Amino acid sequence: MTQLRKLSFAALAVTAMLSVPVIADEASEKEGLRIAQARKEVNRGWDNTVASITMTLRNAQGQEATREMRVKTLEVPTDGDKALTIFDSPRDISGTAFLSFSHVNEADEQWIYLPGPKMVRRISTSNKSGPFLGSEYAFEDMTSFEVPKYTYDYIGDEKFEGDDVYVIEQVPVDEFSGYSKQRLWIDKTHYRPRKVLFFDRKGDELKELEFRDYRLFKDEFWRPMKSFMYNLQTNKSTKLVTHDLQFGTELEESDFDSKSLRRAR
Amino acid sequence: MTVRVYAGRDNMKKRLSLVALAMGFSGSALADFKDISISGSAGVENRYYIQDAAYTGQPRSQASVFLEPEMYTEWNDRVDSILFKPFVRLDQQDSNRTHVDLRELMWLHAADNWETRVGVSKVFWGQTESVHLVDIINQTDAVENIDGEDKLGQPMINLNVFGDYGTISGFILPYFRERTFPGEEGRLRPPLPIEEDNALYESDDEQNHVDFALRWQRSLGDWEIGLSYFDGTTREPELLAETAGEDITAIRPYYAQIQQYGVDLLKVQGSWLLKFESIYRTGQSEDFFAAVGGFERTFVGVFDTSYDLGFLMEYQYDEREDNFFAVAQNDIMAGLRWVWNDIDGTEVLTGYIQDLDNTDTYSAFVEASSRMTDNWRWKVDAYFFSSDQTDDTFYYFRRDDHVQVALEYYF
Repeated sequence: MTQLRKLSFAALAVTAMLSVPVIADEASEKEGLRIAQARKEVNRGWDNTVASITMTLRNAQGQEATREMRVKTLEVPTDGDKALTIFDSPRDISGTAFLSFSHVNEADEQWIYLPGPKMVRRISTSNKSGPFLGSEYAFEDMTSFEVPKYTYDYIGDEKFEGDDVYVIEQVPVDEFSGYSKQRLWIDKTHYRPRKVLFFDRKGDELKELEFRDYRLFKDEFWRPMKSFMYNLQTNKSTKLVTHDLQFGTELEESDFDSKSLRRAR
Repeated sequence: MTVRVYAGRDNMKKRLSLVALAMGFSGSALADFKDISISGSAGVENRYYIQDAAYTGQPRSQASVFLEPEMYTEWNDRVDSILFKPFVRLDQQDSNRTHVDLRELMWLHAADNWETRVGVSKVFWGQTESVHLVDIINQTDAVENIDGEDKLGQPMINLNVFGDYGTISGFILPYFRERTFPGEEGRLRPPLPIEEDNALYESDDEQNHVDFALRWQRSLGDWEIGLSYFDGTTREPELLAETAGEDITAIRPYYAQIQQYGVDLLKVQGSWLLKFESIYRTGQSEDFFAAVGGFERTFVGVFDTSYDLGFLMEYQYDEREDNFFAVAQNDIMAGLRWVWNDIDGTEVLTGYIQDLDNTDTYSAFVEASSRMTDNWRWKVDAYFFSSDQTDDTFYYFRRDDHVQVALEYYF
């Protein structure tokens, strides 16, 4: 009994610590930045990947729909990554392709190819807070993690599913971001994000993202085979399941331009 | 139409069946060939006109069905591919709208820095929403829909070269496609139907005149820039009236030889997209300049929902005073794009176009669609026209306001 009481006291203490606005000091900001940099550092040199993904959308009434897509990604060492996403289902949007260039210091660039009218359209990237293909993922959740996109603060240490994790908060630099901040649970052994809590611009909790089923590729790179985004305000959710993931294919820079958009299928 | 098949690493049998497919033979050859992916769409549509017809013989409602299958195969490690996409529509009322077209029969050979597209295909150029001035390669399939977005397949030999300078595209267009028009039993026409099969040409080669086109396109930071040149048979005819005394006995399209210079621009400015297109065309009854420019401003997650709301406004200018197809002479378009971002992919686009010279000349449209299941989609389109000017194009359409409902199946 005493044992139990002690435990709940400990849990309470953690909750209290997290909910009270933390006064960021220089040391905690430095530690937050160090963790973010380490997260980026362990994920350098993967070059390119090709993934087959099933996206399952679920609304508050429990109605479900799936979308099949292929995602080609190219690491750009000196800038943000490039990604080409091709949709295979539902059939009425099959062949639609989406090209995005993430940038570290300037606005991202995005184009969409519509196979019916055979039209490549530039998209304004200030819509980054908008939903990606009707899902709970925003466009900005689909772009690559780059250290200069946020400012950081270290909150504390916790256990997440038995693993030691850092808890940090990151505040987007971009005024067009849909978030006021994100709280991340990053494991200490591999610097893998395990969970992200998103706060809307009003500061309220908006979405929760969990990464599951991490697998190691090329003895070096951890990738989650499942990720699950849950909207805490609308009860809608989106699940991403990766079926196939290839590293080090023949992709190069020239496979990520308007020509590749038109050729994609 | 002959299709030359690239000699790749594949065996002869495979290539032979491919040629057979391309030439329209099926059956055993098709069964042999396992790598053909078949997709496409089919649907039923009903058009209902809100007012009684202006001219005798015109219906009040019009039902139709369409089928647009798509067959695709690739070989040589995806360097080569063929896309075959026929189209057929059967219309209950208008025999002109009952038609077959080869939308695509295109062989793509894709190298790293260049590609060729040979066969029948479709190409789109431009940036603006309300008028497509620069877009000229394909003929408009005008019986399909009044919005002019449907195009006929165009035979072409196309070379695209890619580099740091952007994309340079050259086209040889060896055959001309005549614009389709509603017939006697169709609405959305002048008092007499335009005789689509009785066209007149400036060139003695008529439909066999070989046209050329050249385009340069590149993305440059926040800009999308396109320059284009076309030399050949105009896609947009002028209308000639045959008369007997005072009476007009026939309206025939006349296709002149033209040169057209085009520029199209888009700039991303924060949440704003700024769009501009302009052309200068010589060779028809008057040389003229036309331009369209405006913006689209998108708000995401409006009113605490997942809706995107885009506001569009474009100003249209055309020097031509007296041309049936030049309706965008001095007009302004205001529009709204409403994207629900729901599971069903619901979208609504609506617009209103006001003639700034005549307050009583205007038009409006609503285009809405959504998914019912993964394979079925509904579409509701409505178009409205008004004019008191007896020489205005919309005067002829003044009683042709209509709503069309379509159910489309994608496979």
